[in-house]
Amino acid sequence: MSEAVRRGAWALWLSLLAALFLSVLPMPGWIEEFRPPWVALTLIFWCLTLPERVGVLSAFAAGLVLDVTTGALLGHHALGLAVVAYVVVELHQRVRTFPLWQQTLFVWLLLLVERLLYLWVLGATGQPTPTLVYWMPTLLGALLWPWVFVVLRDLGRRAGIL
Amino acid sequence: MRESQGRYDNLDCDDNDNDNDNAAPVPRARVRLPCPRGIAIKPLFLHGPSPSFRVVLAVVLAIGLIVADHRGRQLSALRSALAVLVYPLQLLADLPVRYAREAQDRLADARQLRDQNAGLRRENLVLSARSQQLASLEAENMRLRDLLGSSFKIGERVLIAEILAVNLAEYRQQILINKGTDSGVFVGQPVLDANAVMGQVIQTNPFSATVLLITDSDHALPVQVNRNGLRSIAAGTGLGHELDLLHIPKNADIRVGDLLVTSGMGGRFPPGYPVARVTSVGHAPDNPFTAVKAEPTARLDRSREVLLVWTLSPDQRQDALSGVGSGAAAGGGVPEAPARRERRP
Repeated sequence: MSEAVRRGAWALWLSLLAALFLSVLPMPGWIEEFRPPWVALTLIFWCLTLPERVGVLSAFAAGLVLDVTTGALLGHHALGLAVVAYVVVELHQRVRTFPLWQQTLFVWLLLLVERLLYLWVLGATGQPTPTLVYWMPTLLGALLWPWVFVVLRDLGRRAGIL
Repeated sequence: MRESQGRYDNLDCDDNDNDNDNAAPVPRARVRLPCPRGIAIKPLFLHGPSPSFRVVLAVVLAIGLIVADHRGRQLSALRSALAVLVYPLQLLADLPVRYAREAQDRLADARQLRDQNAGLRRENLVLSARSQQLASLEAENMRLRDLLGSSFKIGERVLIAEILAVNLAEYRQQILINKGTDSGVFVGQPVLDANAVMGQVIQTNPFSATVLLITDSDHALPVQVNRNGLRSIAAGTGLGHELDLLHIPKNADIRVGDLLVTSGMGGRFPPGYPVARVTSVGHAPDNPFTAVKAEPTARLDRSREVLLVWTLSPDQRQDALSGVGSGAAAGGGVPEAPARRERRP
């Protein structure tokens, strides 16, 4: 068991660290508002392909780390990511058989759910309601999904876990 | 998922049945696979508690954390422990910007450097001329205050910290600086730039600290109009370049262009530092107060270096720290609380 868990774990860690890095990397102002949700995309991929290793609690932990890195309220990202991971783990067998465009739509829906939960916490803690640009990162994230999928699949294959 | 687990329950083909009999009261059925895991086939079914249970746990935990973090600062130990772990990542994210600046400095040619040098020398001359009288004025001020019997502290220690170019949470006005508790930074410490007040420290980690800018919607600080001493509270709006002045009466003497300085009423910021300049004064008939907007004088989005200030005496510092414990992260505890309540009619 422990051997199976350890095998290829570096790929998981590497991809999550890279996603975390991309979400705090400073960008020019105009592109800042369109920053795709890298951590959510990475977690969706691993929940889809390795639901027995990456699940709700891993997503929760990754969300907490993201909260600390970005200075958000503790649990702010973790809430949305845990819910998204749950949906993916529950539906992974069905979603794996979807054609790519359908999978992309599904990912877009998931990113919207994550964003909605984030907005709910923003509202509940008395932050001003953001403009419609708030939803743009989900669109960009969905468009990037095919590339994220291919890159992470190759990484997983190289690590021998897919 | 639970259905399928039930269905496959009787397929359990583990070889040691005795274990199973002993473990009869275990409520959740586990699926064991007959072959060694990870060699021939991957495990198809999840182990441990079901995802539904886990997600309920995660959501309850997340909401609990959010409430606890929003209401008070009890979680700062957990946060600073995690912050140490991610600090290398934040430094790494800052590297491209740092190298870009360094490259810019190196590529500057001699003429540019000479120009810059001359400019700095001129500025230095002007500033030192202006500060010639400072020592005598300060002494005179202290004498006069002694006569009035008021205690006033001018002397202060500053430390220069660098802003880490790290993208922080959206829709919050926060920055990360590269000095932490190892340099003596404390929660509630005022942060300035060369022009004006920028904000205050809200979270300290061993090597870094988070600063809440005065424009965050959770921040408010007591100010006064420099021209006539009219007091008010400057509340952040969540927009990067706008402050709201609360509770200005209809007949108050305030004009566009007035400079607002800290009044020191909250006990958090030292008095007399510039904060903002009034940009609009509106008299709406349905509003019992004058709607005043101001623009921060500090270059909140362009500064690279900030000044951390130690002005508070040890007693005041203790007070400030205990004020943080009661959840008042903004401004001064006393004037800020009623302001929040009355803002929503």
